[in-house]
Amino acid sequence: MTERSEASTSATRAEVCVTACAEAFRGDGETLAAGIGGAVTVLAARLARLTFEPGLLTHDGVCLLTGDVPALGESPGEVEGWLPFREHLWLVLNGRRHVMLGASQIDRFGNTNISCIGDWARPKAQLLGVRGVPGNTRCDTTSYWIPRHSPRVFVETVDMVSGVGYDRGAHEIRVVVTDLAVLDFATPDRRMRLRSVHPGVTLDQVVAATGFDLAVPDAVPTTRVPDAEELRVIREVLDPDGLRDREVPEGSRR
Amino acid sequence: MTTASNAAAKELPIEEVVGSIESGMTVGIGGWGSRRKPMALVRAICRSGLTDLTVISYGGPDVGLLCAYGKVRRVVAPFATLDSIPLEPHFRRARQQGTIAFTEYDEGMFMFGLYAAAHRLPFLPTPSGLGSDVMRVNPELRTVRSPYDGREELVAMPALTMDVALIHLNRADRRGNGQYLGPDPYLDDLFAKAAARTYVSCERLVETADLLKEGPVQSLLISRSHVTGVVETPNGAHFTSCEPDHGRDEAFQRAYAAAAGDPAAWTAFRERFLAGDEAAYQSAVRAWRQEEGR
Repeated sequence: MTERSEASTSATRAEVCVTACAEAFRGDGETLAAGIGGAVTVLAARLARLTFEPGLLTHDGVCLLTGDVPALGESPGEVEGWLPFREHLWLVLNGRRHVMLGASQIDRFGNTNISCIGDWARPKAQLLGVRGVPGNTRCDTTSYWIPRHSPRVFVETVDMVSGVGYDRGAHEIRVVVTDLAVLDFATPDRRMRLRSVHPGVTLDQVVAATGFDLAVPDAVPTTRVPDAEELRVIREVLDPDGLRDREVPEGSRR
Repeated sequence: MTTASNAAAKELPIEEVVGSIESGMTVGIGGWGSRRKPMALVRAICRSGLTDLTVISYGGPDVGLLCAYGKVRRVVAPFATLDSIPLEPHFRRARQQGTIAFTEYDEGMFMFGLYAAAHRLPFLPTPSGLGSDVMRVNPELRTVRSPYDGREELVAMPALTMDVALIHLNRADRRGNGQYLGPDPYLDDLFAKAAARTYVSCERLVETADLLKEGPVQSLLISRSHVTGVVETPNGAHFTSCEPDHGRDEAFQRAYAAAAGDPAAWTAFRERFLAGDEAAYQSAVRAWRQEEGR
């Protein structure tokens, strides 16, 4: 891990990713920010709540709405609500929920696959199954966190549409955050667009890691880095054990 | 008239529960993933001669074990997972080898299928699933439009009816009233209401008068009017979680998943843990824990 003295001035890639994911929840107000795509998504929801989006609801990963905002792996000191699975499924239809998911494959319109690789009838690799993603994407705002941006994930066509994209009736896919970049669908035909590249990443790297033609604006901004307060919250309050670094290892940085 | 006289004692041995199930039946299993699964009943099915079952489940190792033992013709599920281990290894292999049929639904569609069956409705409308390949791989699914505004298209999710439901709870009485004491009821009450017959296994049988000493009235999840038989199976959800009685046995689950990856290891696992009855299983698990120093 990076030295603390150095880290206080320069954010790691993992920390840039956490902040970029947290940005997805900006403006959501009293909505459940459901980070269920790994440690970075959980951190992102909690960071947004502790900084610029205090109205957010966050959960403990099981069935409690937490009154306070505990560190990763810690139990909440306060509980403000109960959200067993049946209530999650009710909330999906109700809509006051913004979910941040992972995906094994994603295409240019944001269709995603977590079900299986290969022919569904007899898959090469059975994965999780569609889980709740069809309903999530049809009814709720959805964002994605992809810890390793690669042409194996960013594909022309997904093998089994679990999450629906913009060409199949998605409610809203706000952003796709990866270890390299932030992507969105702010194009006339709702194709995926490069919104920003993370500090230290080149446009060519992102294009090479994407298995379809990406809409690229003339000037591509750099993803904002976390400010001092955000870094303090990530490092000292929410993730003192550095679980974020396991998802985005600084050593294997591309 | 006393209430007790209206409720015949429904306590049954495990073998009698499994003996009442027939090959080819549709069996719903409560719990969620690797949480509060009626594993003692599942293990007993594995020991039985049953085959060709259709299994309806928010799938976990219940689905995996039944696949591993060749008991399953079709799985109806939105997923199969061990939670702390994302993929259920036996289900995975069964899918990849093409040995089972699969009906794959969205989690919310699945819940509406249970609601429909519990309410004796033929279907319930939901937007979940629309646009996704759930519609492609289930070509029998139909859509409806609202008769009021006629505009919105919705999936007509068919009722998930079942011959038998198997559920594991923390407490039950001998009349068949079932109580959950953990943080999540999952969809167990809907399974009980959806099934023609429901069997409840429990960590501990208690007197009816003692149910409210165990938990508040809201924890009485399942009414005896939906329960055919009840079995006391201490640690019967093992290795899945059954809070607050016990958490998931993560070490044992890891051993299960590791064994599933290798035919020789799986044979050894089966012989060591699953060759005998439930008492033999529990005793083999205790011996394993001592050996491992857990």
